[in-house]
Amino acid sequence: MFERLRASLGKARATFGTIVRLGRTGAPLTPEFWETFEEALIAADVGVPTTEKIVGGLRTVAKQEAWKTTDQVVARFRRDVERFLTLPGAALDLAAAPAVVLIVGVNGSGKTTTIGKLAKQLRGQGKRVLLVAADTFRAAAAEQLTIWAERSGCDVVRGAEGADPASVVFDGVRAGKTRGADVILIDTAGRLQTKTNLMEELKKMRRVIERELGAPPAETLLVLDGTTGQNALSQARLFNEATQLTGAIVTKLDSTAKGGALVAVVDLLEVPIKYVGLGEAPDDLRPFVPADFVAALFDDAAAPVA
Amino acid sequence: MFDQLSERLGAIFTRLTGRGKLSESDVNEALREVRIALLEADVSLGAAKAFVATVKSKALDADILESLTPAQTIVKLVHDELVALLGGAAARLQFADAPPSVILMVGLQGSGKTTQSAKLALRLKEQGRRSLLVAADVYRPAAIAQLQTLGRQIDTPVFERGTGDPVEIARAGVAEARRLGLSTVIVDTAGRLQIDDALMGELAAIKAAVAPTEILFVADAMTGQEATTVAKGFDARLGITGVILTKMDGDTRGGAALSIFEATGAPIKFVGVGEKLAALEPFHPDRLASRILGMGDVLTLIEKTQSLYSAEQTRKLEEKLTRNSFTLDDFLEQMRQVRKMGPMKDVMKMIPGLSRALPKDFDIPEKELGKVEAIICSMTRHERRRPDILNGSRRKRIAGGSGTQVSDVNRLVKNFEQMRQMMKQMGGKNARRLPRFPSGMLRP
Repeated sequence: MFERLRASLGKARATFGTIVRLGRTGAPLTPEFWETFEEALIAADVGVPTTEKIVGGLRTVAKQEAWKTTDQVVARFRRDVERFLTLPGAALDLAAAPAVVLIVGVNGSGKTTTIGKLAKQLRGQGKRVLLVAADTFRAAAAEQLTIWAERSGCDVVRGAEGADPASVVFDGVRAGKTRGADVILIDTAGRLQTKTNLMEELKKMRRVIERELGAPPAETLLVLDGTTGQNALSQARLFNEATQLTGAIVTKLDSTAKGGALVAVVDLLEVPIKYVGLGEAPDDLRPFVPADFVAALFDDAAAPVA
Repeated sequence: MFDQLSERLGAIFTRLTGRGKLSESDVNEALREVRIALLEADVSLGAAKAFVATVKSKALDADILESLTPAQTIVKLVHDELVALLGGAAARLQFADAPPSVILMVGLQGSGKTTQSAKLALRLKEQGRRSLLVAADVYRPAAIAQLQTLGRQIDTPVFERGTGDPVEIARAGVAEARRLGLSTVIVDTAGRLQIDDALMGELAAIKAAVAPTEILFVADAMTGQEATTVAKGFDARLGITGVILTKMDGDTRGGAALSIFEATGAPIKFVGVGEKLAALEPFHPDRLASRILGMGDVLTLIEKTQSLYSAEQTRKLEEKLTRNSFTLDDFLEQMRQVRKMGPMKDVMKMIPGLSRALPKDFDIPEKELGKVEAIICSMTRHERRRPDILNGSRRKRIAGGSGTQVSDVNRLVKNFEQMRQMMKQMGGKNARRLPRFPSGMLRP
């Protein structure tokens, strides 16, 4: 995973590479250093508030511990990021039978593709997987999911285009229970988090699941596009309010995204990132390992790919 | 869109305007805040820095600081620079001298190419141009089916050859359009990363095969600092001629809009503002800049109104207002027309000064408007013309019929009478002013 991540996060690494280079020289702590440090974080999509929090914190510690050189700051920063991204419950909780996984997110973040890849992986582990196409809005969304189901050998439950998605969820959960599925993956239509009525629709789907299972869904995962900037925070906050997220999946991190928004999202939500999408192949959906991610961000052994 | 940026800049400039004379350090402080506001709105670091440097060099001109209203002058400077950063004048779609004109849609996965292809076809159709949609995304499962479904919805033919070679499909699509005598070909391609050499090569081959008049880069408005890199990547390889920014209807801070032109020199031609296929609007840098700075957007408002009202309708309305024969039926008609322009909240923001005067969490309860509509619809024709005949039992019946309370009916009738009184006073020369909802029409 590490090599793949490192290759994939080329750009993000180049960005944090600025910070690494700042730290390597063992140069004295100057105002210019702090400014460049701040800009590097902003350029990596960390966002102004989180950047100010990080830089403010480091400055305080630097003063207290009377640090003299930049490498001390950078070493501490690296340790903090790793600790910060490490949250309990990073693995999928599939103990329940059936374990219902509800996938939510904005349009085009990669929900259907992520479900397809996840289904293939879970099938590989010998699990009985049922896919539920509750995206009844986007043209041909159900067809897309059905093709993934055929590829991975899963059953699929779908409704008519324009049908009430909650009714499809109901049918799906019922079918999953009777057919003895281990995992039920529910694909929902993409929606912008500010559309109140569409968020209500999600709440309804959640209620239907809860009524049918007598328990909330095992996982409610937000799929975030890795190239998204500060809007990721709004997405995380509002989707969490509507559906009580248990984790996030960050897609399209292969070689393009800066990855900094991840830090800001974890800062806000305190739910773990469970998977990252690093490419088109099913295996390119990888469990998120903070240590590897941070190592890839900071590793400057090779020349930065820019 | 842009609400947060607008709010931040508004606060900065209010503080600046509050002072009479401005010193150099006042300007520096304000511009430092502008830079942070831009960065928070996802404007790229490079574009934000360049923007502030330009405004600063112009603002510190001695004449400006010595002028009577230095703060207003600086706001104007910022406005002009914003317009420049957004691409200057509005850019139109280009068409080939000899049809068919080929439009190539490119972008990252999930940016919205397929949907925008259909939206664009619908828009062109309304302008009398028939298009052929070409399904050249052979990778994403069911992408072809998606385009076919959308094509059916807007009654536009879709050309597909299954999952063959995209270059050949595009070439055959253009030939097909020529055979059918269609004026435009819109080629939907698969999403790809700008660093994926093989797939970018494929796009270059399509470009060479079909000689497009427009290569539109479709970008998600929520993109962060990466927007610059991605746009540059596509531009370097293909030479993009324009941009469509999608998902502008959320609470995106829209920084990508301000970074992409700076990075590529390619203007934003359209913005996607909703899930409906009609939700694609032309992009006007000057109007958007005004909106960002809370100056309102009267032009768009006027255009929206014009598209809904005919000159005849306007004349009739004026006549009714002056003769005081404005009935509840007319009121209902007016309300429905205004609501066609979109959510009231968005419409009001286009009125200069209002966007900043409104409280931050201001919201027009669309439900209340629905209630008013239901009440009027539950009245008889006669009652709508002569609300004065509404006695207790009639009011009770109307409340029952519309699922409201008698008190709701009372309030509506009372407010309507007040409004009629007001119009009477306004009559004559002032009658041209738009009737406004008296306060309390909507809320108790």
